[in-house]
Amino acid sequence: MFQKIAFKLILVVSITSISIIGIYSYFNIKSQSEVLLSEVERHANQLSETVKNSTRYDMLLNQRERIQEIINTIGQDKAISSVRIMNKEGIIIYSTNKNDIGELLDKNAESCYVCHAKDEPIERLEIKDRTRIFKLFPDSSRIMGIINPIYNEKSCWESECHAHPEEATVLGVLDVSFQLDKVDAQIEVNKLRELLFALISITAIGLVIGFFVKRWLDKPIKELLKATDQIAVGNFNYTIPTKRNDELGRLGISFNKMTKKLEDMKQQIFQSDKMASLGQLAAGVAHEINNPLTGVLTYSSFLLKRTKDNPEMQEDLNVIVRETLRSREIIKGLLDFARQSVPKKNKTDIHEVIERANKVVINQLKIKQITLTTNFGDMLPQIVADANQIQQVILNLLLNAIDAIEKKDGKIVVTTSEISLSPKGITHIKEAVCNKNHSLLDADYKLEGTPSIRLKVKANGTEGFINLDPIYGRHKHYFGLSINKKSSIDLKCPQCNITLIDKTKTCPECGGPIYRIPIPKMGFLEGCASFNDEWQSWDAVDFGGDKKFIEIKIEDNGCGIPPENLNKIFDPFFSTKGQKGNGLGLSVIWGIVDNHDGTIIVKSEVGMGTTFIIRLPE
Amino acid sequence: MNLQFDILVVDDEQVIIDSVIKIAKMEDVSIDSALDVPTALIKLETNNYNLIFSDIMMPGMDGFQFLQEIAQRKIKTPVIITTGYSTLDNTVKALYYGAVGFIPKPFSFDELSSIIKRGLRYNALLKKMEEDSSALFFIPCPPKYLRLGFSSWLAENYDSTVLLGTTDILLKLIESIEKVELLNVDDGLKQGNECAKIFAEDGLIHTIYSSVTGRILEVNEKLLSNPKLIEKDPYFEGWIYRVLPSDLENEKSQLISCSSD
Repeated sequence: MFQKIAFKLILVVSITSISIIGIYSYFNIKSQSEVLLSEVERHANQLSETVKNSTRYDMLLNQRERIQEIINTIGQDKAISSVRIMNKEGIIIYSTNKNDIGELLDKNAESCYVCHAKDEPIERLEIKDRTRIFKLFPDSSRIMGIINPIYNEKSCWESECHAHPEEATVLGVLDVSFQLDKVDAQIEVNKLRELLFALISITAIGLVIGFFVKRWLDKPIKELLKATDQIAVGNFNYTIPTKRNDELGRLGISFNKMTKKLEDMKQQIFQSDKMASLGQLAAGVAHEINNPLTGVLTYSSFLLKRTKDNPEMQEDLNVIVRETLRSREIIKGLLDFARQSVPKKNKTDIHEVIERANKVVINQLKIKQITLTTNFGDMLPQIVADANQIQQVILNLLLNAIDAIEKKDGKIVVTTSEISLSPKGITHIKEAVCNKNHSLLDADYKLEGTPSIRLKVKANGTEGFINLDPIYGRHKHYFGLSINKKSSIDLKCPQCNITLIDKTKTCPECGGPIYRIPIPKMGFLEGCASFNDEWQSWDAVDFGGDKKFIEIKIEDNGCGIPPENLNKIFDPFFSTKGQKGNGLGLSVIWGIVDNHDGTIIVKSEVGMGTTFIIRLPE
Repeated sequence: MNLQFDILVVDDEQVIIDSVIKIAKMEDVSIDSALDVPTALIKLETNNYNLIFSDIMMPGMDGFQFLQEIAQRKIKTPVIITTGYSTLDNTVKALYYGAVGFIPKPFSFDELSSIIKRGLRYNALLKKMEEDSSALFFIPCPPKYLRLGFSSWLAENYDSTVLLGTTDILLKLIESIEKVELLNVDDGLKQGNECAKIFAEDGLIHTIYSSVTGRILEVNEKLLSNPKLIEKDPYFEGWIYRVLPSDLENEKSQLISCSSD
């Protein structure tokens, strides 16, 4: 608790406010007391002057009893503790306290000391110096004394009594003492009030700060802590709620970004780890399986030689030899997968390949009571393909379909047909350069898995980049800056800035400028450079006319693939089969089909089934 | 104790030895076997063999060490290497260390018998050469050429392409050629990968391993119509592929220079 930032912050703020309010209160009380005292002082001074003035006439007439009477009357006031008049020698002549009369005061007595501190007595006293505060006894209340010197005047030495010589300066001193108990009580009340105010404000500041610190700091920090703990245990999917738009909110957002990046990196590392261990596994498996397989292959081919007169047995043995050879190719494929080898293409009858794959799954179909129907198209031409790899593709798709079917009367339909497709929308631009032969392909920015064509664009004085769709005629371009489609536009090579605009031609649809990008060995790719319309032309491809494909459709009525997984299924190691699958299947399939310059499409509806469509070029 | 066998099979897997014995019986070839390299070396000291057939991965010494040991002891008996872990590296390395043939596991009856026949014929050729050192039994490949064992040769052109063909020794070890099966233009080649098949008139099929990695620029079309051209002029007119190599400098170190022959 004492280590928490919130606590420390509250502590610091509290200490600061205690100090500030404390110092403020101290000076406030002090000045209040001073004001009060000076008010009392002023009042006392006035009173002292009044006494002096009211006794003046009687003094001139030397009417001592009247003076005593006046002093007594004034002394009746409870606030006044005593009124005394001393003569020049320090003998008390008049006093509210009758016992004091006639007493001689020492020069060191508190009422005399102010003037008689030095050898030569001071004759003139400033008003502030006339007052003094003292206590008669240590436990009694404070008393303020004010001395008022009575100066010699002409009327004094000219009066009839002739009591004072003309040379004397000070004739005596009027000393009035006031009780300060009420003032002191007032000061006490003020002090208490200040203290109370200080306490209340410190508590209030503490509480308010505590509340907001908890809300603005403590809670988000707790959330961050929780998230870091989650990440520490490997849960990279944990995200922090980021409703706030302050620094901590932004921290949360960048934290979430970081975890996502970490998650991606973890996946990548995981994948490369998986690849590495797969390589080792492949090596181990290859070595371990190839030895027993040698036994099977040599013995079966040996038997094949020896049973030349037994055609029935030959047929069975041929199956063993053929399937062992296929196992050999699969293991070789496993090793080749780690080394990304090229397919060994030969003229292949696709129906033969499908039939072979079907035979492998025949038992599984029986067990799960699934009917497999084939609708083979008539007179399909042979295609150039690696029969083993294509068989692997079909086999994997069939196995996936079987796995996906859980209900009774499961159905798998394999359909083949020959189709013609316009090259637009399917032809992959695998190379593109500028006129100075700089490659324009951008492997960092892929559009649906294939590197895009990166061009520098200048429009309306601003520069940016466009990533052209690498599929001819598909037009899923990415615009790095907003283009006013009617504005004049310049497209350049990002490396050498050479223009790619062909000024000799205009777009046949909108009349605007066109770009002309050299495609090595394949002529030029042209298109509308203002992106007003979707005009694109690629003579080398267009002259070839429609491309012919063999289409293989594998339909099942299984559980289907949820839409969120649909675009992930061809990722390496994406698997919904948990421990059962190794997640390699569909990515390998994609790789094989891509190696054959083919395409693979998946359509699926949850609960209704999945259809894979493979198109292989003729 | 000087026994005479046709083949010494060295493999730590009994099933491989048994398989070779099975096939050898059909071909009327006598077999001796060893489960590891040290045993094989002892047997080589006392007995006479026409051919050695050895695995690579074995406990203790492996097939490559065996090949080096054989070279050191100046044992003339030709060696055929097999392995269950048939990587390109292993293929190239085996041929570099002097194996006369390489066959990946698992092999079929025909594949094994064709390579064994080649091995035995090579041994016979060596014996003939010993008897009559003046006669020329095969044309060695020209100097400046490089070769991957006896499987394929490589000749550098001035235009940074290379030519690939097969050696005369290999051709002398097989029956006359009936046809050849070649790859196509633009296909990729990998050093140590199968790149061509020669179908001999005796029905045996012989595999040629590529001496170089790269892309095929040109296939010698004449060979398809006239496969005998390889036998006539294996080093010039009988070339197989013109290749754009992708890693020539590195790969040259894996090949044997013909000028040392």
